[in-house]
Amino acid sequence: MCQVEEDYRDELESVDVPSISKKCVKCKEASAAVVIRAGDAYCRVCFKEYFIHKFRAMLGKNRLIFPGEKVLLAVSGGPSSCSMLNQVKEGLSQNAHKKLRFRPGIIYIDEGGAVGQSVEERRRTVAELQGVFRATGFLFYVVPLEQVLNLPSSVVASAPAPPEHLSSAYKAAVDRFIQSDGSSCLTPQDKGQTSLPEVHESQTQVLQQLIASAKTLTAKQDLLNTLRQHLLVHTARTEGYSKLMLGDNCTRLAVKLLTSISLGRGAQLAQDTGFSDSRYGDIISVRPMRDYSAKEIAYYNHLFNVPSVFIPSLDTKTADKASVQRLTESFVIKLQADFPSTVSTIYRTGEKLQTARLSSSTADHCDRCLLCMCALDTAVEEASALQATLISEQLSQTTSPGATRTTTPRPNRAPVEPESSAPTGQCCSSGGQEHCGRAESGGGCCSSAKGPEMTNLRSLLCYSCQLTIKDMSSVEHLPQYILSEARRRQRRSQMREEISEFLLDGVDEGV
Amino acid sequence: MPVLCSSCAEKRAVLKRPKTGHSLCKECFFWAFEEEVHQTIVAAKLFKPGETVGIAASGGKDSTVLAHVMKLLNERYNYGLELMLLSVDEGITGYRDDSLETVKRNQQQYELPLKIVSYEELYGWTMDAIVKQVGLKNNCTFCGVFRRQALDRGAIMLKVDKICTGHNADDVAETVLMNVLRGDIARLRRCTAISTSSEGEGVVPRCKPLKYAYEKEIVLYAYFKKLDYFSTECIYSPNAYRGYARTFLKDLESVRSSSIMDIIHSGENLSVREGIKMPVQGTCSRCGYISSQALCKSCVLLEGLNRGLPKLGIGKHHRLHDKILSQQPLTEKEERKLKSVEF
Ligand SMILES: [Zn+2]
Ligand SMILES: [Zn+2]
Ligand SMILES: [Zn+2]
Ligand SMILES: [Zn+2]
Ligand SMILES: [Zn+2]
Repeated sequence: MCQVEEDYRDELESVDVPSISKKCVKCKEASAAVVIRAGDAYCRVCFKEYFIHKFRAMLGKNRLIFPGEKVLLAVSGGPSSCSMLNQVKEGLSQNAHKKLRFRPGIIYIDEGGAVGQSVEERRRTVAELQGVFRATGFLFYVVPLEQVLNLPSSVVASAPAPPEHLSSAYKAAVDRFIQSDGSSCLTPQDKGQTSLPEVHESQTQVLQQLIASAKTLTAKQDLLNTLRQHLLVHTARTEGYSKLMLGDNCTRLAVKLLTSISLGRGAQLAQDTGFSDSRYGDIISVRPMRDYSAKEIAYYNHLFNVPSVFIPSLDTKTADKASVQRLTESFVIKLQADFPSTVSTIYRTGEKLQTARLSSSTADHCDRCLLCMCALDTAVEEASALQATLISEQLSQTTSPGATRTTTPRPNRAPVEPESSAPTGQCCSSGGQEHCGRAESGGGCCSSAKGPEMTNLRSLLCYSCQLTIKDMSSVEHLPQYILSEARRRQRRSQMREEISEFLLDGVDEGV
Repeated sequence: MPVLCSSCAEKRAVLKRPKTGHSLCKECFFWAFEEEVHQTIVAAKLFKPGETVGIAASGGKDSTVLAHVMKLLNERYNYGLELMLLSVDEGITGYRDDSLETVKRNQQQYELPLKIVSYEELYGWTMDAIVKQVGLKNNCTFCGVFRRQALDRGAIMLKVDKICTGHNADDVAETVLMNVLRGDIARLRRCTAISTSSEGEGVVPRCKPLKYAYEKEIVLYAYFKKLDYFSTECIYSPNAYRGYARTFLKDLESVRSSSIMDIIHSGENLSVREGIKMPVQGTCSRCGYISSQALCKSCVLLEGLNRGLPKLGIGKHHRLHDKILSQQPLTEKEERKLKSVEF
């Protein structure tokens, strides 16, 4: 049957090669050096102006970064975040009128331990980046990912609410800044951190075990993203930064948007891909590079010698179908090659979405995902994909032999927890042999070895993070700060259950 | 050693469920599949007792399984529904003849009344004739638009309260992806809805009881139930976007089998920023069908066909609608633009 059920107005805009004029479209004098979109040819000077203007315009439009505010730039070493670093440097050295007025610092998370780099390789990469960072004169932090193992629970616990940023407050801050001359806060008083903190081999091993406990590359990548995010937020907090600047460009965000959809993160799309992300309360992430395409950035970096460093990641040199993230990326890049409007169309889709529940009470964190800190999207609603999945799982497993035929499961029953209700041992069959502990506990199988934690962890996670945990052979390798926060939340909800009959409606002390 | 069914733990499993990975025996799979459709129907409150429901039947696997399961559940759970089959004859030689034969056999098997509405009687054009004029490249625009209305018109002729279609989970997930790729926020928001309420004059409410059923499980169900269906790939190539979205979805499914449901979950939980303009649904001033323009898509397409200007309905020519409505002649330049069609 023909699958076209609905009318679609316009067809895909296919590649058309424009006749490239040799002159710059802006000044109409100098000869063009780059063609960024169909027909838009710029000369060197005009391209630089356009590029710099775009950065300032993005920050100016959103008015989220206050003058004098401490902003931590997350630099991965890639072209996009290095370009962002370059823009901040440009912006700070501009004349007074156009000058950026915040106080930057740089953070680089060294993930070499997770992706299997040798100590020597890691040292070399870090040295190269330190050179880049030193040249900016900004304060910088090189943090090995291993440090995530020592984070306090506060990272995933309740965070202070973000200060109310009204436009009047912004104006007042600008005035105050201008009066105080502003100059004092721009010079970095401290010297940049020079030596890489010592990483113990044992820590690297623990980290590697954790990554290895995720059985799919999809889950590994997701886990790594979460850990990196926690470490970034924690460092920002302890070093007194209130904003985190991320280098995601338009191409990257289009891939991320489609990846998020594919991973069941529809409810979190706006936070995952929007200009600002306030899921961590007091530390707000911003994405000022979101209007640049990867191509524009590559041109700029090339023309103006912006250095970047190649850093291997988990999916470097893997096949297209190695993970959902990897597959989505190659899909978007290929489609973009055939249809140049692909990335911008997906990106614009994201612009029109928002976070489902704008949780105003940040003190109440019981409804936030333990891992990604987004509002939970797991309330089992009638006739939803989540409910349908739970029903499918339940109907495919023995409840009590023979009883299946006579009792029709009620649609509005409590959500089933497959791990706890499955006598067949989901965890065993899903490959957790090494943690099975069959030898010691004798027949207890994994359900006991895994403990109640694995079972109950799911209720603390959003839909997508549940998928990640499901792909893990065991949660016991998760860092302590996550596990202890999980236990705390579980105790709180148990307490609340016990006293529920005495609690009056509408009173919520938070968890 | 034979694998035991994970549900009854007695019989030998004959299949591995694509949706959950469980190994099931034939009976337990049938039960699970049917029960899931039932749960969907109950949870989404798709029908009310006493309603007349038209099952959109194409002779393909989805609608064949849908007809079978609807008939079965209606009896098992006393839905109290009056069921009938509703089929559209697009007038495609070979392709449609065979599939309509299948529908007719289904009718006898299930003892359900069948109504076939043809493009020819509704629009005066068969798809074969349309293809002759518009070429292969754009014909799917026509058959999609025309079929949607044809079902409504057939449903009204049969005095049907609701139409249910065979859209499965794969279709829904694919549509989510496609609307993201197209940046069609209005459809993105609507496409995961399991049912549409009556949107206006001449539009019959629709629902998708198989919304959460995997396509592969539908095939498994039809295979083990030995249901007779016609393998229907539209003989004219599908829309470019859908083709890309479909390939991508299949790949995703091979990486993580829950992807289909994960994407639907995403779609169900998206929320659109306030202040984003949504097209206002009005009605076509010629035929009364819902339309966001002065003329509905199908009337524009028809006008184009009848005037020998096939491109009229394909591109964006909204500004010409007023002219068409008032029967004004088009300028030579406009005519030329609308005539040329690439084959
Ligand atoms: Zn110029
Ligand atoms: Zn989460
Ligand atoms: Zn069985
Ligand atoms: Zn077609
Ligand atoms: Zn009309």
